[in-house]
Amino acid sequence: MLEIKNLHCKLEEEDKAILKGVDLTVEAGKVHAIMGPNGSGKSTLSYVLSGRDGYEVTDGSATLLGEDILGMEVEERAAAGMFLAFQYPVEIPGVGNMTFMRTAVNAQRKARGQEEMSSADFLKEVRAKAKDLQIDADMLKRPVNVGFSGGEKKRNEILQMAMLEPKMCIMDETDSGLDVDAMKLVADGVNALRSPDRGFLVITHYQRLLDHIKPDVVHIMYDGRIVKTGGPELALEVEKNGYADIMKESA
Amino acid sequence: MMALPQVKQDATDARLSTLSLPVQDGWTRSARADALSRLTARGLPAARDEYWRFTRPTDLNATEVPGAAPMDESDEAPIFDGIDALTLVFRDGVFDADASDDLRLEGVEISRLASVQGADIHWAKDLYGTLEAKGQDPVWRPFAALNTAFAADGVLIHATGTGTRPICIRYVHEKSDSDPILHHVVKVDEGAAVTLLEAGAPGARFNTVLEADVADTGTFHHVRAQGRNRERRANTHTFGRLGRESVLKSFTLSLNGALTRNEHIVEFTGDNAVAHVAGAAIGDGRIAPFHHDDTVFVTHDAVNCESRQVFKKVLKNGAVGVFQGKILVKPGAQKTDGYQISQALLLDDDSQFLAKPELEIYADDVACSHGSTTGSIDEDMLFYLKARGVPHRRAMDLLVLAFLAESLHEIESDDIAESLRTRLENWLDRHAD
Ligand SMILES: Nc1ncnc2c1ncn2[C@@H]1O[C@H](COP(=O)(O)OP(=O)(O)OP(=O)(O)O)[C@@H](O)[C@H]1O
Ligand SMILES: [Mg+2]
Repeated sequence: MLEIKNLHCKLEEEDKAILKGVDLTVEAGKVHAIMGPNGSGKSTLSYVLSGRDGYEVTDGSATLLGEDILGMEVEERAAAGMFLAFQYPVEIPGVGNMTFMRTAVNAQRKARGQEEMSSADFLKEVRAKAKDLQIDADMLKRPVNVGFSGGEKKRNEILQMAMLEPKMCIMDETDSGLDVDAMKLVADGVNALRSPDRGFLVITHYQRLLDHIKPDVVHIMYDGRIVKTGGPELALEVEKNGYADIMKESA
Repeated sequence: MMALPQVKQDATDARLSTLSLPVQDGWTRSARADALSRLTARGLPAARDEYWRFTRPTDLNATEVPGAAPMDESDEAPIFDGIDALTLVFRDGVFDADASDDLRLEGVEISRLASVQGADIHWAKDLYGTLEAKGQDPVWRPFAALNTAFAADGVLIHATGTGTRPICIRYVHEKSDSDPILHHVVKVDEGAAVTLLEAGAPGARFNTVLEADVADTGTFHHVRAQGRNRERRANTHTFGRLGRESVLKSFTLSLNGALTRNEHIVEFTGDNAVAHVAGAAIGDGRIAPFHHDDTVFVTHDAVNCESRQVFKKVLKNGAVGVFQGKILVKPGAQKTDGYQISQALLLDDDSQFLAKPELEIYADDVACSHGSTTGSIDEDMLFYLKARGVPHRRAMDLLVLAFLAESLHEIESDDIAESLRTRLENWLDRHAD
């Protein structure tokens, strides 16, 4: 599904390397988790994969379903099936949440040569999915993320993911800021999307989320590299002992 | 009276020599004569005048109309087409009776200045030129005086009840050297209500004045779209006087225009009244110059009145936006709630926004705020939209419309606001580069 090889990147504005050779493959149908200390480059990896400005890839490659994505425009990557649930979802005053989602869904369909979704079908679907995530009608009407609580923003990310049905879902600390019940809602939302032809990359600091979304593989990122890969037990080890041992091993 | 500086004297004399007063002026005679004497005493503006610092008056002063080709706007439905309104058509300032509806509307008395001004008396006699004259202090507005003196025609609207339909003045610009001067008067009686729409550019260069007197508990809604003609020059004035518990809302959409100066002069004379003046302007300097100036002066001379000024401009390819807005709170105008925001979204480094927001307050128990910002497209928002698959162009348009949304919110009617939004979307489609 997603194949990242020896990916290096630096900041565009200054000579600061952030990713220093990331190797990672997420297979279709699998859930991979990335953990790692603050500043190790987890969000940067998600941004580089989704095409945010400000980073320059200096080496390596990344492909989605065999296609090079690093050369694509941001919106082309989305249409190709890449989705990033943001660590900090952006507020957009003046753009209605519903308008935004319908525009996005139909833009992706158009880019893939599919027929656009009718307003009625869209409404029906978004309402049903919003209900599952306990997102009320008012939140759909309001401007994108404006005045949403931290947890509401994260649930709104998952709603978008459910509507867009991407191939590869990257979730950046979707669990942060969620209360226990919301965490369960989000996890249910994600689990409902799990399918043999979809891959997940879940960035998190806590075992908590992984109790609900069971990962197949856990990676530890440190200083711009994946320094350790293991099964679900690796997350438990981090939870218990922190990163000190792992960092020592990799040094 | 001090003599005018020679340049002003010359400019004023030259311009006046090209204008003539109507032969049959009837009840407008004294107002026209007074306006003319104001104009000769104070003269046309010069580039060095403080009030004209950001907008050069040269093209407005010029004795010869700077040519402006008419615009074929047949590629989109006429604006307000979907609104059931009583429509009056003016072609280059000349009334077109065949294209217009009958001037009959329940709750409203409508007449035309040119056809009734020969009489000795008319209800508009007390108003014509009155608000304009009052609005000449503390700032001189020469083109408004010129308008009162020389207006060839206009629509006189007297709301005695609630107008069952909006009145729409549709301007058609066909001649590249037309220079219409139109003067409209709106009188809203106690408890009455009326909506006035204006659509299109009245001419190559135009000077329009609207005087609106809203009596106690009356309501006046005014929405205007100034046409797409790129080369036109315009100076418009909207004078509003508000009685107790009355409401005035005026919104202007401006797409294109080599030179547009829209002035709003609003005065509260009765307590607990509400006035909102707002505008959205969008200009692309690539094909023709774009210069848009909103100049607003709101005077609070009553207790507990609310005024809002919301002006937004989107500028690209060397377009220039100007905002001069003032809130004056007179002694005793306690509990005034005055709000003013002027914002520009610059889509490139070539465009510029010049703003002069002012507050002058002589009462102690008031809440007034003003803000002016110049910004560019927010990169985080743009990335977020694109990361969801929205193409760059569409994402930009969404953000432009979002930026303008706050001003469109000031429009009372959703249908009317929607028709303006469609025009904006069409404009963005045509300027997708
Ligand atoms: N645009 C930027 N400008 C300057 N520094 C940046 C920028 N983007 C990332 N960095 C730096 O790169 C490093 C990696 O940041 P990143 O946000 O990817 O970390 P992270 O692993 O997601 O951390 P956290 O767990 O705190 O979210 C940090 O040192 C950060 O300060
Ligand atoms: Mg991060």
